[in-house]
Amino acid sequence: MAPGPDPYAAMTAFNRFGLGAKPGDLALAASDPRGFLLEELRAPNAGSIPSDGLQTTPQALQMFFAEQQQLRIARETAAAIAAPLAMASANASPTDAKLTDTKPADAKPAEAKLKPQEPPAEQKLFRAQAMARFNAQLKAGSGLVERLVAFWSNHFAVSVAKGQALRATAGAFEREAIRPHVLGKFADLLIAVESHPAMIFYLDNQRSIGPGSNAGRFDGKGLNENLAREILELHTLGVDGGYAQSDVTTLARIITGWSIAEAGSETGEPGAFLFKANWHEPGVHNLLGKNYPQTGRQQGEAALRDLARHPATARHIATKLARHFVADAPPQDLVDALAKAFRDSDGDLAVVSAALVAHDRAWSAPPTKIRDPNEFVIAAMRATGFQTNDPGQIWGVMNSLGMPLWQPAGPNGYADTTAVWASPEQMKLRLDVSWQMAQRARDVGPPLGVLDTVCGLAASRETRDALSHAESRPQALALLFMSPEFQRR
Amino acid sequence: MRLLVPAPILSRRAALQGLSVSFAAAFTPKPLSAAGARDPRVVVIILRGALDGLTAVAPVGDPDYALLHGALALPAVGDHAGLPLDGFFALNPAMPVFARLYKEKRALVAHAVATSYRERSHFDGQDVLESGYPGPNRTDSGWLNRAIALLPAAGGAPQRGLGLGVTAPLVMRGPAPVLGWAPQGLPSAGDALAMRALDLYAHRDPALAAALQAGLDTEKMATQGGMSDEAKKNKGGMDSPGGMRQAAAGAARLLAAPEGPRVAALAFDGWDTHQNEGAGTGQLATRLSGLDGAFEEFEKGLGERWKDTTIVAISEFGRTVRINGTNGSDHGTGTVAFLAGGAVAGGRVVANWPGLKADQLYQGRDLAPTTDLRSVLKGVLADQLGIRAPALGEKVFPDSAGVAPMKGLVQA
Repeated sequence: MAPGPDPYAAMTAFNRFGLGAKPGDLALAASDPRGFLLEELRAPNAGSIPSDGLQTTPQALQMFFAEQQQLRIARETAAAIAAPLAMASANASPTDAKLTDTKPADAKPAEAKLKPQEPPAEQKLFRAQAMARFNAQLKAGSGLVERLVAFWSNHFAVSVAKGQALRATAGAFEREAIRPHVLGKFADLLIAVESHPAMIFYLDNQRSIGPGSNAGRFDGKGLNENLAREILELHTLGVDGGYAQSDVTTLARIITGWSIAEAGSETGEPGAFLFKANWHEPGVHNLLGKNYPQTGRQQGEAALRDLARHPATARHIATKLARHFVADAPPQDLVDALAKAFRDSDGDLAVVSAALVAHDRAWSAPPTKIRDPNEFVIAAMRATGFQTNDPGQIWGVMNSLGMPLWQPAGPNGYADTTAVWASPEQMKLRLDVSWQMAQRARDVGPPLGVLDTVCGLAASRETRDALSHAESRPQALALLFMSPEFQRR
Repeated sequence: MRLLVPAPILSRRAALQGLSVSFAAAFTPKPLSAAGARDPRVVVIILRGALDGLTAVAPVGDPDYALLHGALALPAVGDHAGLPLDGFFALNPAMPVFARLYKEKRALVAHAVATSYRERSHFDGQDVLESGYPGPNRTDSGWLNRAIALLPAAGGAPQRGLGLGVTAPLVMRGPAPVLGWAPQGLPSAGDALAMRALDLYAHRDPALAAALQAGLDTEKMATQGGMSDEAKKNKGGMDSPGGMRQAAAGAARLLAAPEGPRVAALAFDGWDTHQNEGAGTGQLATRLSGLDGAFEEFEKGLGERWKDTTIVAISEFGRTVRINGTNGSDHGTGTVAFLAGGAVAGGRVVANWPGLKADQLYQGRDLAPTTDLRSVLKGVLADQLGIRAPALGEKVFPDSAGVAPMKGLVQA
């Protein structure tokens, strides 16, 4: 197809679409960069990762529940012993091991006293899941599928800052709800996400009670529209997608009862999704002009399936994908092509992703975007073969650069624009980070060899000169990490 | 304003050329006061997540307040009661510093304010709040940055803004050059590497060159200002009182430096109190204590410059008047803006109170907005920075000529 190997196209395959080249990678893509990426999209089980040693969400939450229970007993025992000395404690703790909003910091003093060495359960779970994600990113071929995983994980953002239960399950959420569907149907992805305990907890749906349901009439609690609003605004139609406040409230009613089985639950597996029928707002609900007569959980699924195939959703997703991969203000014809692929395939994300890779605009647009902190640190590790069994080394860098893992500031996820990730403070920090990483890199050979690994013949003369004139090997490597070829994509 | 540390390869000015515009006609020099020319400072704090203005500054004199706001209403008397401001409004007890400044007539509250945005999306709401455009979807620049771009150059260099945080808030992004600073614990890369990277960018990527140069300058300024390693160490996120205080202390230090920036923006998180919001104590009160701590740090850290300072704390919209099913509140409309600082003509609550009866609420659920937040912000920019009304109505807050700057917010 192409007249001859194009060094820029091979670099684009790894930088714009992937996570940077490892030694020898550029040659694999050189003859047919698009075909190389399309091949990866067709690989069986693309996106999934081995579950060795990783806990499922119910397992993770059960470990967390059990530890909370132990801590409660230990606290009560300690209080009973101390009771004769001090009068009744005014600030007694909640007595049930259930999902609370307590942040890890609030619980630390008690844990520190009771268990001086062992990290809390949610921290161990977070650690294992973080390492699994980083390993997948480090080992991936081009990294395109992992970029898609990160994209969808950010589109359906949850944050561990919400509480210990989220810290315990954020990684499992990505593995269970996102990964199996990144090249599947958008509707399946949507339903998997909105019915996952991590998302339900993050956006408070386990507390939302239908006012006309048995539970609502009994104790007068009510709706919480948080999840419903973000489904419409962020996950599907987009804020300009043509819905009203009344649709938010209606969708909130439709998904009342989408909840989580708590510790000791007799109706469901503790820590798993549970539809609580007696919390569900009964009746036919009209969302965006359509009646949903189903009862129970199916009502919510039917509404989500319709939202998934709404044209506004296609446009919203197409715009975000093009913005992420190509440009802050993406070319309109590319957005249109992606939206059409989405509509024509009924939201088949393998088709949409292939349409992105196949589109000329996605290759011809200049590299005006900048790698986000996750992409940056992973690309540096891939280029230099830096190994670690300590995920903290990687998330430490991400923290420094303002992108703590699975912890965006809000449900709209991390920013996806150049202005945010190429700010003065950010570039200063990237310089410091580059220096740290360059000093830690061992046995990487001549820095110009690393430059060949990541850019090949596409490296600029200026960058090549800057590396050759550097006063030390770490300095040359740090300059490589800071070079426009490495930062931009 | 001069480069603080000479950069042999690329001068600041070369790096920033073409990024800044100044419109001399838009600017009126501040008249001399008895004490000499004012050297004004403006700080904008964005409270992200929609602040519940009714629990922050409670209309305890409104007969419907206690009943409607339920568990989130500040009690008028008793434990954790509101701190009385003017007989009708009471301040959340988590804010003793602001209460003192109010008594000293150096702080005021504007109540029942809102931007021009009337939907309830945080993100669009924040875009409108920060961009200064009448509607969402304009995220290329912020009103505060465009205001800085109107200021005359000082010492031959364009005026710069300061954006706290690893990434600058939208309100501070735009044509005027911006410095950034965030607490962190990384060892510095050193000048030699920095200059080589700048040299490479000068040849290959001017935008990255400008950004990196500005980032390095700020770090130097913070270090020369005597900021210890301890002060730089991260004390918590921007949703924690420790983090808020620390950000304010860092900003104050940079704003106090003789060659430092004059205008700064910060963003504090965590105001989206859908559940267990609390009243005089609890989640919201904890965040308000962080904001209060930030006011205190500015007062301490700005030293001599405090008397020339106006700090404005604003949020994208308010929250429902009735509490929701989970002891919190959902997205609403009208809320409060806090003004504090030595230059503020304070000691009052500015409010055209709409009332809380069913037919007085916006769409039957929210505090009705009776004051356009832009008039407050324009008033500050006009009196504090001397920017004229036409420029405020066209360039700073586009298409807002009909919204007059509020007079008398800043001491004459």
